[in-house]
Amino acid sequence: MAYPQAAQPPPVPPPSVKVILTSAELARVVDRIAHQILEKTQGAAGTVLLGIPTRGAPLARRLAARINAFEGIDVPVGVLDITLYRDDLRRHAVRAIGPTDVPAEGIDGKRVILVDDVLFSGRTVRAALDALSDIGRPSSVQLAVLVDRGHRELPIRADYVGKNIPTALAESVRVTLAETDGADEVKLIGGPA
Amino acid sequence: MLKHLLSGADLDAATATLILDTAGEMARLAGREVKKLPALRGRTVVNLFYEDSTRTRISFEAAAKRLSADVINFSAKGSSVSKGESLKDTALTLQAMGADAVVIRHPASGAPHTLANWIDGSVLNAGDGTHEHPTQALLDAYTMRSRLGRVAGLSVAVVGDVLHSRVARSNVLLLATLGAKVTLVGPPTLIPVDIGTALAPGTEVSYDLDAVLPTADVVMMLRVQRERMADSYFPSAREYARRYGLDGPRMRRLPDHAIVMHPGPMNRGMEIAPEVADSSRSTIVEQVTNGVSVRMAVLYLLLGGMDR
Amino acid sequence: MSKSTVGGDQVTPTYLIRGARVVGGGPTDLLVAGGVVTRVGSGLDARGATVVDADGLVALPGLVDLHTHLREPGREDAETVESGSRAAALGGYTAVCAMANTSPVADTAGVVEQVWRLGREAGLVDVQPIGAVTVGLAGERLAELGAMADSAARVRIFSDDGHCVADPRLMRRALEYVKAFDGVIAQHAEEPRLTEGAQMHEGEVSTRLGLTGWPAVAEEAIIARDVLLAEHVGSRLHVCHLSTAGSVEVLRHAKARGVRVTAEVTPHHLLLTDEIVGGRRELVGPALAGPTSGGAGTVGTGYDPVFKVNPPLRTAADAAALREALIEGIIDVVATDHAPHALEDKECEWAYARPGMLGLETALSVLLSVLGERWDLIAERMSRTPARIAGLVEHGRDPAPGVPANLTLVDPAARRTVDPGEMASRSRNTPYAGMTLPGRIVATFLAGEPTVLDGKAVR
Repeated sequence: MAYPQAAQPPPVPPPSVKVILTSAELARVVDRIAHQILEKTQGAAGTVLLGIPTRGAPLARRLAARINAFEGIDVPVGVLDITLYRDDLRRHAVRAIGPTDVPAEGIDGKRVILVDDVLFSGRTVRAALDALSDIGRPSSVQLAVLVDRGHRELPIRADYVGKNIPTALAESVRVTLAETDGADEVKLIGGPA
Repeated sequence: MLKHLLSGADLDAATATLILDTAGEMARLAGREVKKLPALRGRTVVNLFYEDSTRTRISFEAAAKRLSADVINFSAKGSSVSKGESLKDTALTLQAMGADAVVIRHPASGAPHTLANWIDGSVLNAGDGTHEHPTQALLDAYTMRSRLGRVAGLSVAVVGDVLHSRVARSNVLLLATLGAKVTLVGPPTLIPVDIGTALAPGTEVSYDLDAVLPTADVVMMLRVQRERMADSYFPSAREYARRYGLDGPRMRRLPDHAIVMHPGPMNRGMEIAPEVADSSRSTIVEQVTNGVSVRMAVLYLLLGGMDR
Repeated sequence: MSKSTVGGDQVTPTYLIRGARVVGGGPTDLLVAGGVVTRVGSGLDARGATVVDADGLVALPGLVDLHTHLREPGREDAETVESGSRAAALGGYTAVCAMANTSPVADTAGVVEQVWRLGREAGLVDVQPIGAVTVGLAGERLAELGAMADSAARVRIFSDDGHCVADPRLMRRALEYVKAFDGVIAQHAEEPRLTEGAQMHEGEVSTRLGLTGWPAVAEEAIIARDVLLAEHVGSRLHVCHLSTAGSVEVLRHAKARGVRVTAEVTPHHLLLTDEIVGGRRELVGPALAGPTSGGAGTVGTGYDPVFKVNPPLRTAADAAALREALIEGIIDVVATDHAPHALEDKECEWAYARPGMLGLETALSVLLSVLGERWDLIAERMSRTPARIAGLVEHGRDPAPGVPANLTLVDPAARRTVDPGEMASRSRNTPYAGMTLPGRIVATFLAGEPTVLDGKAVR
C-alpha cells in the first residue's frame, strides 16, 4: 500500500530561446541606425551620442564609428550613468554606480541622442532624461535603441529603432555585445513554450 | 550589502572598495553645477548627535541632502535629550517617525550598537566614545588612495593618543583589511594594551616617532587633548610636542611622496606644527571634502538598495 | 507561618522525604518534625506526615549566600526582601547575607534591624544583614559597628561592598575593631584610583570595544595589602567576589602564611568571560560541552549591559584559575553577588548601566555546569563554609538526626532554559537568558517547613 504521493510540481520546461538578430544582422542594424541619424540630423552636426550603461555605451561608440566611416564626421560620444536616478532603487539590490562621462564640449545647446540596447517600460529613459537635465541643457534629445520590445509604461518613444520585436511580458530580450559579453547577438528568451 | 555601519570591522575588502569607488563617482558628480542627486528621495535620515561635532554633522547633512534625503537634526542640546530622555525612548521616537537611517554620535562607546537593537532603520556610527568612527577611516583611506594611488602596501603611522581615539581604532581595522601596514606611535601610556591582537594582527607599536618617519608613506596625527596631562598620561604639552609632535624638521625626514593627515580639529603646536599643517603634504582640507563624498557613498549603499 | 493548634498542643507538621540521596550518597528517607531532622534511614514511616517523593533527588544542606543585594530599603522597584527571599528559596538557599548598600545605607542598628525584621516577616530564608564598614559607604569614618553587632540583627559581617575600603588606615582600624565581637570585614577589593571610569576588564576586548579598562591589578593590589594588614593585626578578612588569576596567587600565598583570610567567587566569574561583552560567547572549560547549550557563538551586537558587573567578567584564563582555586580550596565559597537592577538601569548605553547580575536562582545550576556532580564539594563551598564564615550555626549542616531542617532537594537530571520572565526576582538582569543549564531545585525546607515544593515557592 503506497502512501498518497504529495503533488509533484510539473517539471519546468527549459525556456525557449530564439535568435532574433545574428552578429551579421546586428551589424546591419547598427549601420542602418547610423544612416538614419545622418539623414534625420542632416549630417549629425552639433550632435552628441550618450550611451546608457551597460550596453548602450558600446552601442553609442559603434554608431559614432559607423557615422565616421560613412561620412568622415567625428560625433562626440559619452556615457550617462543613471543609477542614482532610477525610481526602482528600493526594489533592487543596490547597484554600483558607474561613471558618467560627458564629452569635453558638454551638452548645452547640443542635440543629444541617448543610446540604449532595449526599450521596454521607458523608465530607464525617464531616468536618463532626469540625469541629463542635471548636467546641462541640450537643445533637443533623441533616443536610439537596438530593440523595441513594447510594453511602455511612460509616454516615451524612440526616434531610431533597430528592430521592433513584439514580446509577451513573461519573455525577455537579451542583447549581448562583443565589448561586454564576448559576442554579438539578440535573443528572445522564455515564456512558456 | 550592510544594514548598519557600526565598526570598521563590518567592512570586508570588497565592500570597503565598493564604498571608495562609489565615493569617487560621488566626488565627480560634486563637480557639476547641479550637485543634488535624486537617489534617496523620500528617505529620512536622522542626525542624532549627543556630542557637539559641527564638522561631522554638517558633513553627514550635506551628504544626505545631496542625495535628496529628508534630513532631521536631533541634537542633545535643545531637545528632550537634555531633559534626560533615555536612548531607548529616543529610539522609539525615531522608529515612530520612520527614520530610514540614524547617524549617531555619542559619548558612550557602543551606543550605536545598542541603538541598532531597537530600530529597524540603518544605524551609522558617527563616532562613539573612545571606540570607533568608521566613516572617518573610510575618508582617510579614500584620501590615501586619491593621493598615493593605492592603500594596499602603504606604511601608515598613526601617531598620538591612540588609547582615547575612535579614529585610530577604525583606521587600524580598515587599513588592515585593505592591506596597509599600520604602526601606532605614541607614549606607552596612550597605547592601549594588546592593541595588535585586539584589532588587527600585524599592527605594530613604536614609542619612537623619529624611527618610524623615514619609511612612512602616510603619517596620521591624532588630536591630543591637553587635559590628558592632568591624568598623568604625559608630563607636559611641551614634552609631548618634543617627543611626538610633527614639526618641520621631522616632516623633512619623511620620504618625498609621504602625506600628512589629521582628522581635525587640530591642536596646532601640540601634535602638529603650523608649518606642517599648512604644507603641501598636508591633506587636512581634502579630508573634509572627501568626507562628504564618502558619506554619500555610505548612505547610498546602505539605503539605496533596501526596501522597507 | 502556618502552625495549627490542636487541643492546646502546638503540632508542627511533619514531612517524610522519601528516597533522597544525602549529599549525593545512597537513597534514604528523612523525617522532618519540629523544625529538625528527626530520623534518617530507609523505609521510614510516620503517620500523618506529608510525604515528599525525592526519588532521584539529591539532598543538600540549605545553601547559604554570603553576598546578596536585596535592594530594600530604597530600590523596592528592583527587589524587596520578600522577592529576593523567594528567589533565594527557589535557588535552594535557606540563608542569605544582605549587603549594606541600600538607601539609606545599612550603617546603623536601625537599618540592619529593619532588614532583619523584613526577612523574618517574609519567612522564606533567614536574612542576615551585613553592616556597612563606614558611614554612608563613604570610606571616611567607621560606622557604629558595635551597635549593629549588638542589635537584634546580630551583625557579624561588615562590608562597604560596591565600594572598596581604600584608606589603608581605616581598613586596619576596621579589621582590629571587629575582633571584639568576632566580626569579619568583607572587602570589595578595588583600588579606586586604578579604576576611575572603568567599564570592563582591561584587556584585548576593552581595547577593541573602546571601553575604559578595569585592570586586574586594581583588585590584586588591595587583596595583597589587606592580607598583610589582617596578618599584622591578627584579624579575619573576607575577600568578596575574587575575579583574577593573580588574586588567587596572592590568596594562596597568604593562606600558606596562615593569614585568617577567606574568599568568595561568583558563579558568573566562573562561567562567563569578557568576550561576551563584545558579543562573543566563550564559555570556559570542558564541563560545559555536555550540560550547557547555547554555548559559543555571537550574542547580539555586543555591549549588552546585562553583562556589566563589578568586578568585571575577566578572561578565560582567569575563569580557569578561579575554578581550580575553588576546587582546591584556595577560594572558600561561592557567593552570588545577586544584584537586581530595574529595567531602565540596564536597558541603556553600556557606560550608563549599573553593574550587577541576578544570581540566586541560577547559582547551583551554574556550579553544576562548572564542577559537575561533585556534591560534597558543592555542599562545602555553597553551604557549610559560608555558614561558618557568617556564624550561622543553624545552617550549613548536612541532614542528620537533630540537625535543623534547613535543606534543599536538587534534581540533577533536569535541564532548564533560563527565561528572565520566569524569575522570582523583581528584576530580569540574568546573564544566562536563553542558556540551558543542568539541575533544578525541587524543594527547599527552612527550619522544617517547605519554602519551595515541586519547584514552586509555597508563597
